[in-house]
Amino acid sequence: MSVSLSHVSYSATFTSSASKTTVPGPSLSPHSIKVPTFLPLTVKPLNSSFTPHGARAITIAPHATSTPSSIPSDTSTKTFHGLCYVVGDNIDTDQIIPAEYLTLVPSNPDEYEKLGSYALIGLPSSYATRFIEPNETKTKFSIVIGGANFGCGSSREHAPVALGAAGAKAVVAESYARIFFRNSVATGEVYPLESEVRICEECRTGDVVTIELGESRLINHTTGKEYKLKPIGDAGPVIEAGGIFAYARKTGMIPSQSK
Amino acid sequence: MASSLVSSPTSSFLKKIAFHKCKKQVSKKIVSVMAPQQSERKTYTTGSVKTGMTMTEKILARASEKQQLNPGDNVWVNVDILMTHDVCGPGSIGIFKKEFGEKAKVWDREKIVIIPDHYIFTSDERANRNVDILRDFCGEQNIKYFYDIKDLSNFKANPDYKGVCHVALAQEGHCRPGEVLLGTDSHTCTAGAFGQFATGIGNTDAGFVLGTGKVLLKVPPTLRFVMDGEMPHYLLAKDLILQIIGEISVAGATYKSMEFVGTTVESLNMEERMTLCNMVVEAGGKNGVVPADSTTFKYLEDKTSVPYEPVYSDAQASFLSEYRFDISKLEPLVAKPHSPDNRALARECKDVKIDRVYIGSCTGGKTEDFLAAAKVFLASGKKVKVPTFLVPATQKVWMDIYTLPVPGSGGKTCSQIFEEAGCDTPASPSCGACLGGPKDTYARMNEPKVCVSTTNRNFPGRMGHKEGQIYLASPYTAAASALTGYVTDPREFLC
Repeated sequence: MSVSLSHVSYSATFTSSASKTTVPGPSLSPHSIKVPTFLPLTVKPLNSSFTPHGARAITIAPHATSTPSSIPSDTSTKTFHGLCYVVGDNIDTDQIIPAEYLTLVPSNPDEYEKLGSYALIGLPSSYATRFIEPNETKTKFSIVIGGANFGCGSSREHAPVALGAAGAKAVVAESYARIFFRNSVATGEVYPLESEVRICEECRTGDVVTIELGESRLINHTTGKEYKLKPIGDAGPVIEAGGIFAYARKTGMIPSQSK
Repeated sequence: MASSLVSSPTSSFLKKIAFHKCKKQVSKKIVSVMAPQQSERKTYTTGSVKTGMTMTEKILARASEKQQLNPGDNVWVNVDILMTHDVCGPGSIGIFKKEFGEKAKVWDREKIVIIPDHYIFTSDERANRNVDILRDFCGEQNIKYFYDIKDLSNFKANPDYKGVCHVALAQEGHCRPGEVLLGTDSHTCTAGAFGQFATGIGNTDAGFVLGTGKVLLKVPPTLRFVMDGEMPHYLLAKDLILQIIGEISVAGATYKSMEFVGTTVESLNMEERMTLCNMVVEAGGKNGVVPADSTTFKYLEDKTSVPYEPVYSDAQASFLSEYRFDISKLEPLVAKPHSPDNRALARECKDVKIDRVYIGSCTGGKTEDFLAAAKVFLASGKKVKVPTFLVPATQKVWMDIYTLPVPGSGGKTCSQIFEEAGCDTPASPSCGACLGGPKDTYARMNEPKVCVSTTNRNFPGRMGHKEGQIYLASPYTAAASALTGYVTDPREFLC
């Protein structure tokens, strides 16, 4: 018997601070839903079996079913502030999380934390400053700045998970490999943002930066320069909700947890 | 059926002609470039006007029960097969249970294929535990296809165990033209060789599919690669795909479908077509397709009784761009460290001293790959100069190595030829050291070495050690290199 998905009105509200000014805080487990005050979207009730008609509400690029004014824009005031870690082009998944650590299962909370401690450990030794200090398990860099084709290689979801578990909030790259981008959105672990120019050549590891999601802007306080980012678009609310499942619950596509 | 392939390009096709002059220096110049075609579609304003569709568009249209699809459309697609293995399976299962409930049942117990293959022959406890997790899940869900392994000391003692998932999927008849196959592995695109839509997804997407049997996909535009001409006897499909990746770069096909057509492609057997599609992801590609033809149908005859319906690109289909290759002008290639698009002629790397050779993986560890390597060793008659590791992809490949006679050898098997050449004994079938793995993995690169490998990626640390240097190559080139101890063009041995 396949799983039945039915509409359940979603009345809980979650609050959290809209702007994140502190660098890695409590562990970001996949269960946490990091959203500001939320009002339920109106969606068509579904039959008991999942049908594609519900697609509108669950697309990775959703169309809002209410007017913008009735839903607080989740990303309009969202900011990230912290130190940035700069990497080059074609940072593949083996560098983000080497294969030997793939025995760790991301859906297991303890192993999720362990994965985070190995994030970017595969970078060559030419990267003198490491993403995570040898005796640490979290990173002090909340923003990763990359070049072209970030996340290329494997489909392993462990890659965006490791970055998120380590404490990274966003990656700003010139471009992404598709599976990494998709996994980042699906898990809600990191925001995969795209820059208009090669910021990786103008920023240095340790620069203090602020990302204003609503403004699609990155400010490097250390150099004083500002950069336009491509809008995160409809992927934003999905990541903000905590990934596709959380977003699907939020929009009433699948029932919220009963346990 | 193969004749329905587009033979004459329309004026809307883009031609990029790249060829190599054998005797002179390699010319990488692109002769002509055009802008993408997509603005053409705006002229069709009513939904009732049907535009020609590419193979990929057609497969996704059928799977999403839509009449017409265009690149860029986001559609919910019915999944025919979902595959997972020991590395991503436990995570996908975890998400499935967390999101759908501990007591939830999978959408279809016959459409899920679970294949332990990555970290099998190791004493790593977590790796072993991950196979146990798969077993528990398969038991509770009554999954029909679970290729289990319990006795790690002797792979042959496990009748269900297969080995490398992508090769097993093909050998067990799970790949069928026109279908949608998803897997929690980037090289799932291998199955596109069968004329189906096959791509890799992450744990979260897989968890979703486990519960619903559907996935949200964006329809990719298609790049067409036309390869015509008789395949020179010293080239293999690996050389073709290395040529292409070198041409368009590791991001050249990002979010796109790669369609392979032409007389050369038609002359390839199924395993060679699998090699071609296998490395689509190394160009950033979403999926690769080869139109199904009599070669495909013959291969499938004794493997599946599930009915299938192949699809083919319409003559009026729009392709983002078209690349044409004159195969007769190509030469054996390698991808130098540390990127699959770092293309070079094998003969121009003849001064690169190597420490070892690795023949294995979904890319280069199939029966045809070992037959190819054996051909070179046979032609030489000499012994290898460096440790040469052989890792058959599946139990069946292992059997073939020990039973199939190698043409022109007077009845010798691959295994005999390998032994006479001084190669290592063929190992237990699995993904092996292609991706490093736990420290005790056979043939893992634990020190900085130079390796010629028939695998698919050579990013830093791929096979274990960050300073390892991996040259990706065809089985011919790998065998030739083993014989000299340097990167070697196989024409040194194949006359």
